[in-house]
Amino acid sequence: MAEVIEQGVKVKGLKEPLFSKKNVQILRDPLDDNNPITVQVLGICSALAVTVQVKPALILSIGVIFVTSFSNLIISLMRKSIPTRVRIIVQLVVVAMLVTIVDLVLKGYMYDVSKKLSVFVGLIITNCIIMGRLEAFALGNKPWKSFLDGLGSGVGYGLILIVVATFREIFGSGTFFGLQVVPQIFYDWGYTNNGLMMLPPSALFLIGGYIWWQRSRNTKLVDIS
Amino acid sequence: MHSNRYTFLFAIGLSVVTAVVLVVISEGLRPLQEANAALDKKKNILQSVRIYETEREAVEKAYDKSVEELVIDSEGEILTDEIINNIEMRNEVAKEPAERKMPLYIYTKEDGGKYYIIPMQGVGLWGPIWGYIAIESDFNTVYGAYFDHSKETPGLGAEIAEKFFQDRFKDKQIMQNDKFISVNVIKSSANVNYGKEHRVDAISGGTITSDGVDEMLKNCVAPYLTYFKKIEDGNAQLSMKRN
Repeated sequence: MAEVIEQGVKVKGLKEPLFSKKNVQILRDPLDDNNPITVQVLGICSALAVTVQVKPALILSIGVIFVTSFSNLIISLMRKSIPTRVRIIVQLVVVAMLVTIVDLVLKGYMYDVSKKLSVFVGLIITNCIIMGRLEAFALGNKPWKSFLDGLGSGVGYGLILIVVATFREIFGSGTFFGLQVVPQIFYDWGYTNNGLMMLPPSALFLIGGYIWWQRSRNTKLVDIS
Repeated sequence: MHSNRYTFLFAIGLSVVTAVVLVVISEGLRPLQEANAALDKKKNILQSVRIYETEREAVEKAYDKSVEELVIDSEGEILTDEIINNIEMRNEVAKEPAERKMPLYIYTKEDGGKYYIIPMQGVGLWGPIWGYIAIESDFNTVYGAYFDHSKETPGLGAEIAEKFFQDRFKDKQIMQNDKFISVNVIKSSANVNYGKEHRVDAISGGTITSDGVDEMLKNCVAPYLTYFKKIEDGNAQLSMKRN
């Protein structure tokens, strides 16, 4: 008995390793079990809008990953000093600052992509995933854990975007990352690109399909009630 | 619960820090952004004459080789001391045509054919819209057009930046029996007293933006007609002399 208590004290006194089991769990959870898009059903709008091609989807995902991880980190660092009455505004200011940085960097280094993404970069601010994670996680957890949580959420979001965009680009335009993947001979035989894939509703079908596949594989997600 | 004083101080402090961070980044990236915007302008001018280059070098090369820049006034006189890049289209289009300084880009094709590219600026629903329209040397036929916007609604007004919409302007005509009638952006079922060559389909769900494009074409193209007339008369005299 005494040994156990001693162990407990020991563990408490020790610093938790950066990638302890718990931390890895925080990072991995949003990829599957708690995916922001397919399980929490957040951030759907941008998932429909920017997934016609893989490249803009990838760039937007990187933007969102940057914003979720660093807004989580910053808010978590300030969590004890943020006045509770204005905490939502404080969160918004931090998120808006990060999004503006993403926008400025894109305009400086990837002008074409920034034109293509146009309003959607600015709309990262309204992506529910970000504020959701700030409220639910960053305000109550330590910086490193919060950073991992933000990173995981962003990657979980990006994962779905890339999967959807891959399907839409291959079946909608016959290309992947702008490179032709459907050979010309298919077109000569009478194959045509699927016009529906170019339209936002197709993303909804694809996400629906993904949720179906995910739940058939991961029984934890099936609502038994 | 934090005191009011603390809350205010916190808010002010946070605002100042954020502002400083953003100013530093914005100023640091400004040269890059300006270079990109300048390149994009050249690219768009070339797009209006059906050249779809995307690589930086190719765009610069094509532009430097074949595009001539001019500034004219509504009397058709060339203003030699004006610098084309200093002209703010936004300010010019708001003035009366007689007071405007108007940039003009002349593209010379390899076979010697000339295309007159008129820059345009107007208003959409949420913000400015702009574009370039290339007129053939009969000063009537549209060779190509390019439009862009800063924040029109994706899928609706923003469609003006798509190629399918811009392609509709090809081979349309701006003159009807020597009278300027423009290319009208209007719904296809509208009952109007001019032919198909003077109209293009507007965008469903993007009416205000389409109207903006229509307005912009009329406002920006008309003042150039005097200059065009002068060139036309000059050409006519030349060919008479030759005969």
